[in-house]
Amino acid sequence: MNVTLRVWRQPGPSAAGKFVEYQARDISAEMSFLEMLDVVNEELTAKGEQPIAFDHDCREGICGMCGLMISGVAHGPMKATTTCQLHMRSFTDGDTITVEPWRASAFPVLRDLCVDRSSLDRIVQAGGYVSVSTGNAPDGNAIPIAKPDADAAMDAAACIGCGACVAACPNGSASLFTAAKISHLGYLPQGQPERYRRALKMVAQMDLEHFGGCTLFGECQAACPKEISIDTIARMNRDYLYGSVFEREESRSAGGAG
Amino acid sequence: MELKSNIPGGPIAEKWDKHKFEMKLVNPANKRKYHVLVVGSGLAGASAAATMSELGYNVSCYCFQDSPRRAHSIAAQGGINAAKNYQNDGDSIQRLFYDTVKGGDFRAREANVYRLAQISVNIIDQCVAQGVPFAREYGGLLANRSFGGAQVSRTFYARGQTGQQLLLGAYQALEKEIAKGGVTMYPRTEMLDLIVVDGRARGIVTRNLVTGKIETHLGDAVVLATGGYGNVFYLSTNAKGSNTTAIWRAYKRGAAFGNPCYTQIHPTCIPQSGDYQSKLTLMSESLRNDGRVWVPKQAGDTRAPHEIPEAERDYYLERKYPSYGNLSPRDIASRAAKEACDSGRGVGPGGLGVYLDFRDAINRLGRDKIEERYGNLFQMYERITDEDPYKVPMRIYPAVHYTMGGLWVDYNLMSTIPGLHVLGEANFSDHGANRLGASALMQGLADGYFVIPYTIGNYLAGQKLEPVSKDHPEVRAVEREVEERTRRLLGIKGKRSVQSFHRELGKVMWEYCGMARNAQGLQEALARIPALREEFWENLNVPGSGEELNQSLEQAGRVADFLELGELMCRDALHREESCGGHFRTEHQTEDGEAKRDDEHFTYVAAWEYAGEGKTPILNKESLEFENVHLATRSYK
Ligand SMILES: Cc1cc2nc3c(=O)[nH]c(=O)nc-3n(C[C@H](O)[C@H](O)[C@H](O)COP(=O)(O)OP(=O)(O)OC[C@H]3O[C@@H](n4cnc5c(N)ncnc54)[C@H](O)[C@@H]3O)c2cc1C
Ligand code: FES
Repeated sequence: MNVTLRVWRQPGPSAAGKFVEYQARDISAEMSFLEMLDVVNEELTAKGEQPIAFDHDCREGICGMCGLMISGVAHGPMKATTTCQLHMRSFTDGDTITVEPWRASAFPVLRDLCVDRSSLDRIVQAGGYVSVSTGNAPDGNAIPIAKPDADAAMDAAACIGCGACVAACPNGSASLFTAAKISHLGYLPQGQPERYRRALKMVAQMDLEHFGGCTLFGECQAACPKEISIDTIARMNRDYLYGSVFEREESRSAGGAG
Repeated sequence: MELKSNIPGGPIAEKWDKHKFEMKLVNPANKRKYHVLVVGSGLAGASAAATMSELGYNVSCYCFQDSPRRAHSIAAQGGINAAKNYQNDGDSIQRLFYDTVKGGDFRAREANVYRLAQISVNIIDQCVAQGVPFAREYGGLLANRSFGGAQVSRTFYARGQTGQQLLLGAYQALEKEIAKGGVTMYPRTEMLDLIVVDGRARGIVTRNLVTGKIETHLGDAVVLATGGYGNVFYLSTNAKGSNTTAIWRAYKRGAAFGNPCYTQIHPTCIPQSGDYQSKLTLMSESLRNDGRVWVPKQAGDTRAPHEIPEAERDYYLERKYPSYGNLSPRDIASRAAKEACDSGRGVGPGGLGVYLDFRDAINRLGRDKIEERYGNLFQMYERITDEDPYKVPMRIYPAVHYTMGGLWVDYNLMSTIPGLHVLGEANFSDHGANRLGASALMQGLADGYFVIPYTIGNYLAGQKLEPVSKDHPEVRAVEREVEERTRRLLGIKGKRSVQSFHRELGKVMWEYCGMARNAQGLQEALARIPALREEFWENLNVPGSGEELNQSLEQAGRVADFLELGELMCRDALHREESCGGHFRTEHQTEDGEAKRDDEHFTYVAAWEYAGEGKTPILNKESLEFENVHLATRSYK
């Protein structure tokens, strides 16, 4: 098949960008979307032009590195699918496809289709973990975890941190990403001691990073390649509220024995 | 070069405890003064960086992806082994040790493997404490499944996303330490060379992949946890960015390379569908718990699978290896698939495929159960092939998956360059000539959480390290070499793309150094690879400049190193005149086509030493002693 691409080209973070049109010819339906871009890039290279920069690594839908706005839809037309797993059979001969980077104020463009998502890492730094150091953990079976809880934790933990939720949200909110981590740990007994503090800190960081607020549009859930449920956001809000009311101030006195 | 394995004395079960007691310690107040550079943020690197920071060391960590959470470990599907014996099916540290030594076809170091089996139980505990959502039974206890090469159920898993969940556990521990200020993280940063001063590893030279800036980072010790080099074959199950650059540069600075030819070809991958293909996708080995592998009995049978009656199917693994059946180890299952296809009984386009059939399991357990166990894998398969594996059997074919070879390390995980430590898939240590399923995750985390945090202290406490400045002539020299190399790659301005060279190299490697090897083919490859390398340096085309985000340049550097590594792999494969594990030399096989080892001449680790540009590398040997597992012919019949 042949398709026309309108691709966002931007030479660097502070440079101006624009759409450039390319023809992708003799594309097989079995190709993945990124393999189609590989073909276009090979042609550009042969002509001595700069290939289109786009992020990717695993190419099997798990690392979260890829992510393109394909004709206005995060990760393209197929439900529950990352860009790298999208195949050209989802398109028809003669289609014009617009390809853009994630657009969000918290994700500055680095070049062409690559953006800086380090803000997501900083949300995790704010509290997206259980504070245990290596060594001395109790036996793995010491605390039984009801299967439904383990399953619910796993559903939320499936997030790949790609940022599609942010890109799809009209407000550019990272609520689904943040809520997924809060829910994953919040369902497990190991996550309880820091549960409310975690919610307070991660939400505060999200605000600091210039992500927008959540007004429950629900676009995030529709765009999520791992189908993380928007219910996690309700959980996050509950934990946040509970934390703001009941979480104790941290004690300032340090030890001093001996 | 002298290879000192530094294996502690005493009975095997007591070595590690004894060694832990005997190792030197760094006083807690002094740890902060030591700066450790960890390259890699996969299971091995992230766990090492986080744990060393918890102990008080000042750590810097590097990865080429935009976040440490995206390291290739994220893609591991099936599970992680541990000798917990929760199933009460007779597992023990001794048995995991035995299975791993045997699975590796008696080409691994016993003491390391024993330690790995011992530590395996702590890993599960640690991960549970971090909140890794392992699969559970209704009673709330941890669930297990079986993997190849084992007759017990010792594999822990989180659906089909075990690597993801383990890595997120390690990543979160790393982020916790970054927040505390113990670790400085450098994402989108690629190590391009190693700095050795006065014979010790003291730093690295990196390229910032966004700005293109070449930078020097100095410290007291360097830890490489940069993963495997399977992408030398171009098509593999590895992520696109997986590369050999870090360990290859270290090799050229004096670190011996152990067993480069030991490659694992995984039996269950989705067959290639066209020339444009950029990577191959693994279908987890765990599928062989319930899927049955078969081909038609008759060569050239083109009927649809459901039209082939039971009596005309050959469940060849069950037939040839009745005690392990579909769970035979990977090297054996891959070769059997190749044999079936070579005899004209392969299925699908080009006859390069065999069936992995879930019909019987679905009839026995119901679709729901199968969906619960493998739902995401089935979905992934359907995405790629447009076929529904609940209805038609999967088609699978072997693909390059893992490299057992890597930088040679001693018992302390230190290479032949003092101060340079190597963890995870990047080292050669624990899997011999074949790795068992679910053992790479175990090894990465064992190295990072439980071994290096001890052994690094022993190294640092035993040295008097003078401060090194960025103006040190050796530092400046390495920096200049890196800059020069980048300039050279950009300056060729030839006609061919990096990708085309990589593809061609991959074809040569797969053809001559893949599932079956022989002297003639390897010699052919040894003639073709240098010629291709020469063309690369004359006719490569890398658009753009070095002072910007330039993905072609990144790839070019990696492929340049693969073009050198490929040659060493073929050389190693040629010299090893025996078959063992994943290394199958067609000249050395038994009458029924099984691998034939030559213990008298080859019970050693081949540790190759760089001898300089254009010179033949030097072969050093670490001989392997088997005192606890009896050297025997490996049989899964
Ligand atoms: C598809 C797939 C499925 C698998 N499933 C299983 C399984 O079920 N069970 C199992 O036990 N094993 C499995 N394995 C094997 C296992 O996943 C890997 O061996 C293991 O995760 C490797 O971990 P690592 O930490 O050594 O390296 P990686 O996770 O590959 O990490 C390498 C790190 O090094 C960094 N890096 C590399 N080069 C450079 C450089 N030059 N400069 C800076 N940084 C660099 C990368 O950015 C990355 O952070 C699987 C492998 C694949 C490919
Ligand atoms: S490239 Fe890893 S999720 Fe797409």
